[in-house]
This record gives sequence, C-alpha cells and structure tokens, in this order.
Amino acid sequence: MTVDEDLVPDVRPEVVPDDAFTVLGRAPGEAPRAQVVAHLTEAARLVRRRDIQMVRAAGLGHIGGEFSVIDILVTLYLAAMNVSPDQLGDPDRDRFILSKGHAAAALYTTLAMAGFLPPEQLGTFMQPLSQLNGHPARTKIAAVEASTGPLGHGLPIAVGTAFAGKLDGSARRTFVVVGDGELQEGSNWEALMTAGNHRLSHLCVIVDRNRLQQGARVADTNDLEPLADKLAAFGMDVVEVDGHDHGALLDAFADVPAASGRPTAVIAHTDKGHPISFMSDNVAWHHKVPSAEQVAQALAELENR
Amino acid sequence: MTATTDAGAPERVLHDCRDAWVATLVELAEADDRVVAVVNDSVGSSKLGPFAERFPDRLVNVGIAEQDMVGVGAGLANGGKVPFVSAASCFLTARAMEQVKVDAAYSQHHMVLVGQSPGMAYGELGPTHHSIEDLAWLRTIPGLTVAAPCDPAETAQVLRWAAAHDGPVFVRVARMGVPDVVPEGYRFEPGKAVTLREGADVTLVATGIAVSRALDAADVLAAEGVDARVLSMPTVKPLDEAALVAAARETAGIVTVEEALTSGLGGAVAELLVTRQPAPMRFVGVPDTFAPTGSVQWLLEHFGITAAGIAAAARDLLGR
Repeated sequence: MTVDEDLVPDVRPEVVPDDAFTVLGRAPGEAPRAQVVAHLTEAARLVRRRDIQMVRAAGLGHIGGEFSVIDILVTLYLAAMNVSPDQLGDPDRDRFILSKGHAAAALYTTLAMAGFLPPEQLGTFMQPLSQLNGHPARTKIAAVEASTGPLGHGLPIAVGTAFAGKLDGSARRTFVVVGDGELQEGSNWEALMTAGNHRLSHLCVIVDRNRLQQGARVADTNDLEPLADKLAAFGMDVVEVDGHDHGALLDAFADVPAASGRPTAVIAHTDKGHPISFMSDNVAWHHKVPSAEQVAQALAELENR
Repeated sequence: MTATTDAGAPERVLHDCRDAWVATLVELAEADDRVVAVVNDSVGSSKLGPFAERFPDRLVNVGIAEQDMVGVGAGLANGGKVPFVSAASCFLTARAMEQVKVDAAYSQHHMVLVGQSPGMAYGELGPTHHSIEDLAWLRTIPGLTVAAPCDPAETAQVLRWAAAHDGPVFVRVARMGVPDVVPEGYRFEPGKAVTLREGADVTLVATGIAVSRALDAADVLAAEGVDARVLSMPTVKPLDEAALVAAARETAGIVTVEEALTSGLGGAVAELLVTRQPAPMRFVGVPDTFAPTGSVQWLLEHFGITAAGIAAAARDLLGR
C-alpha cells in the first residue's frame, strides 16, 4: 500500500463548505451522565467537521491521528479536566500535554470548542505567520502547556510537571497523550521509569492505541506488545478502554489519582481516521489530504451519526 | 590548591568552579523554594553533596537518562519550579540536544542547563567525554543564552543571574583549576565583555578557563613591547558587539581563545566582524579534530591554549 500518493493535492479552499463552528463549551457540571456523554459526542462530531476542513484548506495535516485522538481530547477539555480559559494562570490547574504534536489541528479545534481559542483563529492553521503551527507551541498559544512535535518529548515533560505538583502537595493532575508508534522512542521509557519509581500518582499517561504509524502497522514495524504488561512492569496502574467511548474515558480519567498511589496508564483503543468509512484503520490516512469530494463524503457521514 | 596554569605562568591559587556552583545553588535554594536540581546520576561529579544533604526532596535524580532529564526539567518549569539541570556537558548537550532545542530554547522555559566538566576537563577519558563542541552547537540555537564563566566569582554571578532570568540559559562550569580573574566589584551582564586589560596593538578575546591564559599571554607580549587588549567574553551568545567592533577598529586584529572547537567563540566573533568591521583574526582552540587522549593540562599545551600559544598567535597576526 502506498502512503505517498496525493500528499498535497490541488487544494482549492473555496470549495470547502462554510461551516458555522458552534462553541459548546464544557459539559454542564451537575448534568446527568447521559447528558454529559451526549454533549461530548456532539462536540466531537463538530470538532471532526472543523478539523477535516482545516486540513483540506491548509493542504497539510495528520487527519488519521487527529480523528483517533479527538474523543480523548474532547473528554478531557470539556469534562474531565479542572481547567478553564480564565484559569490558565492558576498553578493548581490540571495540565494537558499532546505529545503526539502532529495531531495539532485536533488540539486547536478542541481548544476552540472549549473556549480557549477564538474559533476564527482556526482558519489561520498553518498559514504564514499563524500562531497555529503544524505542531503546537506553548509560546504561541496560552493554553498549550508544552511545545511538542518531535516524538518522545511530551511524556518526560509531563513527568516533570507532575513531579512539581507532588513537591507542592497539589491536587492537580497531569494528562499526556502519546501515540502508540511514538512509544518506540526510548525517552518515553526513561520517563516511565521515573514516573513509576517516584509514584507520581497524579500523572495519567494516555496511549492513543490506533495500531498504525506513518508507513505501516506498529506491529509490523517494531511491535509494542505486550504493552499493558510493559506499562505495568514500569509501575503504572493500567486501564484499557475504547478510546472512542466518551463514558468509558470519563470513568478512566475520574479514577486519577489511583488509590494505589501509582501513576495511571490508559490504553485507549482507537482507530486512525475514526469514524470515516474510507479512512478508518487505513494506513494511507496518516497525513494524506482529502479531496473536496472526500471532504464532502466525510461531512455527510458525520452528519448521519 | 596551588599550581601554575601553564608553563611560565606565575604560581597562584587555583579553584574548581564546581565549588562555587554548589555553594551558589544552595544559597539560591535557601532564598527561593522554587529552585530544584535535576541530574542524571551525576550527584558526585556535579559536586551536589551539600545540596542533596540540605534539600533531599528538591534533588530530582532521573538516573542515567539525559533526554528524560532535560524534559523533566522543562516540566518542572511548567509546574512553577526553577530547575537547574546539571550533567557532564558532553552528555547534556550531545545526548539531549533535541530536548535542549525544543523543550528549553524553543519553549522559552525558565530553566538553567549546567554543563559540568566541559571542554577537555575529562582529558584522559578521550573524545567521547570531551565537550569541545558545546559552544559551537549551542550558539546556533535561537533564544538560548550561552555562558562560559572564567572563575568562581563569575560562575556564581552567572548562576544568580540565570536564576532570575525568565528564559533558558546554558552555563559551562569548569572543573579544571582556574585562578581568580574578575576584578573586585565585578558584575556579570549577558552580552557584556569585560576589558581586563587595555591595549592598542592587538586584542585577545577569551571565554571560560581561557581568560586567565589570555591575561598571561598579554604579560608575555608586554615583555616584547606588544600592547595587547584582553576582553573576557562571558557569554558566547549574545556577544558584546560594540566591544568587538571597537577592538577590531582600534587594534590590528583579534585573537579568539577558547577551550573548545574554534567554531564556538571564534566562529561567532568572525561572523560578527566580517559584516561589521572586518579585521585580521587568529583562532586559538581546538581545530576541526577530535582531541587525542591526555591530561587536560597536556591537551591545552598540545593545542596551544597557553600563554605561549596565544602570544604566538598574536605575533603571527602582527607579522612579528
């Protein structure tokens, strides 16, 4: 299977449908669980709509890994995390780090959905001088906690952030998303040793387990299995969930810090390109840019969900 | 300890700048509970014993894992701490270069990267443990201050300044003995050269442990009737552009001196002067080669990073 075809197709932003992006904000705090899940489901649908249009307009992006991680991001920012746009200077805010920084468009769109970014800024994605790089930068966006892009950086930074919280006796939690392919970088395992040995209970490492990396399946490249056993051996409490199930993700994140005093690892089983029929679990869609027709089809599929 | 800095130089007391490093770190940590140390098992070689004893909880030892070490430092900065990330300069810079670039410099974190035993301090251990590349590598990274203090007093001042500076700083901390150099009442400023000796014939520009040697070279030259100016350049980045342009204009040329590849301070000065005030130059340091094995004193002699070697470079520049 080739993955290089059509990397940057003839991009005509004018044919991208005009999408009114509705900022839903956080799920109501006291709402019944079913209402919270419905809120997250709708937010994730709108984030995916905007994301694919951003990638189409920019002619660049990592749509597959964005669609695999969006449900995790939306659950964190709209419900699980204790952080809000007017609270970014609070030392006790929960922290989030997107270590797989190439899914930046998903992060930006989620930040806009949660009120951390003006939605109109999304239209600048990857344009000259935009604050919205192809990879997130903490110096350019207040809500971005760490500049990422090269793989294997976010987890050590998250360990340091969690360590600082432990020194301060703070209740704040640190969430970090790593890609599964990313775990081939050795720096992650250095950081996991540190997290386990220091029992950084307020650290939650989320693995976006979409089983694909840029050019092939993770299992066919440099396999991670037995991943849960490895993470447990490094001192984590390991939970496995459906990474597209907002309720399951909510439950997993609510259990941080674990009663055991160990850091938590959530293996979130996802599909790259989820839930678009022609992208889902398809290695071709790592950084392929959809044609106008493919965008239209994807939007139609999202409409019908 | 008492020893000569090199053949022909006067006897004087020499200091290990790591003693100033740890004393200053303890002082900073006592004054500010945000100050933490992050190390890669290098508690001993970073001479951190007194800090470890006084602040055991604030010593984050990640073990032999330099990428993790610098990333954890950046995370501690995100968490409101002021991390001093300390390791042998060869490993801190080479092994963790992408973390230095991205997590520290590009991220503009308030963190201090402390390169211990830099240059050829680990002479006999061979080129794997030499850190002659650090100045050349790090000066190319935007947003990073690169400092090489010349004696204990300047080491302490650079560290105090870095603790208060809201941005990333790399500091070389010398292990090999150096005499006291900076004058009484000296105050470090980044990008500010210190004129240690006025002179009209030629200018010696030095950084780190090479500064005292440049002063010794000026004595040698004075005995021959050559009036050498000596500029100490405590930061390779930023440079003191005004002092260098003035030196290039007012003297016959510039000799740079460093315990590093000459693409460090030498390259930086040359890049500046070629556009602002072209002047004849000579470069004293390690040329484009891996240094052989030998004691640091032997290696400094070998590469002419000595009073005699620096004086010879100045004579060559002057055509004498």
